[in-house]
Amino acid sequence: MKTLSTKQKIAWGLIAVLVLLYTLWPLFSILMTSFKAPGDLFSGKLLPTQFSTENYQTIFAGSAGELFLPALRNSIGISLISTLIAVILATFCAYAIARLDFPGKRLILNTALGVSMFPVISIVTPLFNLWRQIGLYDTWPGLIIPYLSLTLPISIYTLAAYFQQIPWELEQAAQVDGATNWQAFRKVIVPLAAPGVFTTAIIAFFIAWNDFVYGISLTSTEAARPVPAALAFFTGASQFEDPTGAISAAAIVVTIPIIIIVVLFQRQIVSGLTQGAVKG
Amino acid sequence: MSTASTAVKTARNEGDGRGSHHLTQRARDERRLGWMLAGPAFILMLAVTVYPIIQALYDSLFNYRLTDPEGRAFVGLSNYGVILTDPVFWRDLGVTLLITVVTVAIELVLGFLLALVMNSAIRGLKGLLRTAILIPYGTITVVSAFAWFYMFDINSGYVNHWFSWVPGIGPDFDWFGSAVPALIVIILSEVWKTTPFISLLLLSGLAQVPSDYTEAAKVDGATWWEQLTKVILPNMKAAIMVAVLFRALDAFRIFDNIFIMTNGAYGTETLSLLAYRTSIGRLELGLGSAVSVILFVCVAIIAAVAIKGFKVDLAGQGKAK
Amino acid sequence: MAAITLKDIVKTYDDGFTAVKGVSLDIADGEFMILVGPSGCGKSTLLRMIVGLEDITAGDLEIDGKRVNDVPPRDRNLSMVFQNYALYPHLTVGENIAFPLRLKKSELNDDEINRRVKEAAEMLELNDHLDRKPANLSGGQRQRVAMGRAIVRHADAFLFDEPLSNLDAKLRGQMRTQIAQLQRRLGTTSIYVTHDQTEAMTLGDRVAVLKKGLLQQCASPRELYEQPVNIFVAGFIGSPSMNFVPARVDNGKLQTPIGELTVPDRVLKAAQQKEMVILGLRPDFFEDEEFVDEKVREHGTVFTATPTHVEWLGNEQYAYITYEHDPKLKPVLDELAHDLDQDEIPATLVLATNSASRVRGGQEGKFWLDTRLLHVFDPDTGDNLTRDPEAGQKLTEEAAEERQREIDRANSEKTEA
Repeated sequence: MKTLSTKQKIAWGLIAVLVLLYTLWPLFSILMTSFKAPGDLFSGKLLPTQFSTENYQTIFAGSAGELFLPALRNSIGISLISTLIAVILATFCAYAIARLDFPGKRLILNTALGVSMFPVISIVTPLFNLWRQIGLYDTWPGLIIPYLSLTLPISIYTLAAYFQQIPWELEQAAQVDGATNWQAFRKVIVPLAAPGVFTTAIIAFFIAWNDFVYGISLTSTEAARPVPAALAFFTGASQFEDPTGAISAAAIVVTIPIIIIVVLFQRQIVSGLTQGAVKG
Repeated sequence: MSTASTAVKTARNEGDGRGSHHLTQRARDERRLGWMLAGPAFILMLAVTVYPIIQALYDSLFNYRLTDPEGRAFVGLSNYGVILTDPVFWRDLGVTLLITVVTVAIELVLGFLLALVMNSAIRGLKGLLRTAILIPYGTITVVSAFAWFYMFDINSGYVNHWFSWVPGIGPDFDWFGSAVPALIVIILSEVWKTTPFISLLLLSGLAQVPSDYTEAAKVDGATWWEQLTKVILPNMKAAIMVAVLFRALDAFRIFDNIFIMTNGAYGTETLSLLAYRTSIGRLELGLGSAVSVILFVCVAIIAAVAIKGFKVDLAGQGKAK
Repeated sequence: MAAITLKDIVKTYDDGFTAVKGVSLDIADGEFMILVGPSGCGKSTLLRMIVGLEDITAGDLEIDGKRVNDVPPRDRNLSMVFQNYALYPHLTVGENIAFPLRLKKSELNDDEINRRVKEAAEMLELNDHLDRKPANLSGGQRQRVAMGRAIVRHADAFLFDEPLSNLDAKLRGQMRTQIAQLQRRLGTTSIYVTHDQTEAMTLGDRVAVLKKGLLQQCASPRELYEQPVNIFVAGFIGSPSMNFVPARVDNGKLQTPIGELTVPDRVLKAAQQKEMVILGLRPDFFEDEEFVDEKVREHGTVFTATPTHVEWLGNEQYAYITYEHDPKLKPVLDELAHDLDQDEIPATLVLATNSASRVRGGQEGKFWLDTRLLHVFDPDTGDNLTRDPEAGQKLTEEAAEERQREIDRANSEKTEA
């Protein structure tokens, strides 16, 4: 490793600060807004005059809680379930693509690619109509099903790329070592495949968590409305009060899990994203 | 020699005769298993996309209002006629294309700079930079939209105060009162949120350019700029094209940011918002479906042109390894 | 311990390609058998069929007299060292070695497993690395871990699939020695696949030479070298390779590009069978005329030639003499080159001479050729017309006796220790 001169150290420090400023600024800005008391909102300053947790009280215990808490529950539940389904199905699918010889592999991968480029808004209209007719409008399944159009393609892509890199001959080595098919799978293949599946789950979850179009189009009440859609319907403590503070606080709350996941698993997420998208 | 080769021939025939039946059975089993495992995901993927788009195609041929379901009537292609002769559609298409071109251009440059920084960063810094860059990627678009909106908002924002020394900006400047400043903020938010993705794609493209190439160029006397433009960039063309295509299609579908910041007012509406406003807002399902189909066709055309015309190789990269 | 018998083994793949075309081999208990040949000769396929990773299309595979064609790999009790080692990346070195034992949990307790892992690690000098992950090991260490995993379970036979091909030349030499000693010590039947003729010659009790899925010859290294059955085996075994020159009989002498050679009757008789033959001359059949031992001089013939250049290697010296190929033999030699994985058989003779020789490139020199050892090949079939099967068999029998003595010695050392 080269040792850095002081000048280089300073340059790198400066670059790091710039990058951090870029990536964190908007979040820092909305975090500050979330600590502003209602009277402080229009101060025209970045920092609150006095740090106040009033907005957080509003969304958890106060008037906005009726809107926010069910939405949070919906977001978590719907995102987790659609992630789980996508990852399970994609694992089977990617395993078949990586390991088995059958016609149509290319077709499946190309379809996944095509679907991931699909304009979501184009299918919202027919789904909106259909869901109303068959009673899925404003329900969890009514969101989970269309979410699969977001989570499945990327899961299939990422996992297929990952599985193709697993040294599958280890399965044979294990069989020569005396393992049954099941033992070879459980003791060798599962530990090797698990990190890829986990990374895929994180990426799929991010995508489901981020959805706004389906959320706002296919729900009408707190029965199924997820957080991003709910934020657009926020009002303040009373109808005449400005919702800025409450929205900011809610935005921070839903960003915290993302930051935790990113900090813990940045390496895996980066490799998963680049594998799925570039290697294909 | 001749006896040996006949012996081989008979052995091979035997092998073929006995083996081919046995092996085809096995190959057939493998195919069946392959489709059994891959089928559910494949079918579901089609069910949630292909079926709705066909339904949309069908609905687009009707005059169909949810407020007046009885009045539903087949009108052929006249919905498309209505849309394509409406100046609003063309304005929205223009706005959509503008946003797409500007964001992709900015993101490509910014993303490449970030990729260069991450690629050459020293060890201890790499993890930090990677973490930092993933935060915008993971942030919900709506959250990003609100964050930027509040920064610039005439009431709760501080940008007007901070930049009041810039001519034209003052405490009373309403960023969301007209198209150009509103689009600037919309593009800022979009760029902030999605540049990390493009920079990661470019980073992996950068990592695939062997360092031998740049070293050889260095020995040949190339400057840093020449190394970049004559050696590195041509060799990561594939990665750049993939990144541009992905992002262009994504930007073309822009919805969340605009919905939050202006809801399409003051000439900031895009095709996605138009589709939403027509079908979900006004409940004109026939007309809305037609907009949806047109949007779909636009995306398909962009993808087709990119893949066929510019030979963006989305599938080949993995194989080439 | 086990004897392994292959009877007319055939492998045809789904796409109709036949990789192995009826190979029969008897591998004795405790024997070290090498399968060697250029790439695509079917040697690896054969090995994978023996271990059970590849279905056998036709023929019988027997281990200790029991047909095992349909026995799954885990029940064959064979262990294998893979070309890329196939170490489990998520397990430590110790757990990699213990892996086969852990699968038989019901039969072995933890203490026994630990004892055996230690024993294997000791043998392979891996004691210091047991807690490390394979990714942090050097190539040679990984190779030893793979060996450890193979020996730890006391399998009936060891199978090696080009285990040294990923190592650099020096390490390859060391590991070769280590494998040879280990096999002698354990006395376990071993089958070793390689494309490297040096590994084949140094390791094997017997070497089976394969070409395009067919067994050419299976014999001791010495028999392969001195009594090859055909031009392919002759060309494949030995380094530098045997020289092939055209020859015809005229006036009771052999007419060759390097001149007229007086040869023994045996050689002459063989060469007379055809209008034209291919003469096989190993580089070490030659010597600088000045350095020929008087005792053997009469067994050879002297000729003059001008080398294009010489290479001095310290222990010996190579002189290169170019000549014209006979156009009639070109198709035969081209096919041979193709079979040997070479671009062409160069029209260059390689002569090994004493390192003190003053012969230099561009200067005419006098060379001596030992004519007793000449091989004559039929240009149409490639068969060796001078082969003496009895002499060959004797060489292989001698090798087997020597081998037995070595095993006895290893056993007595073991009991003493």
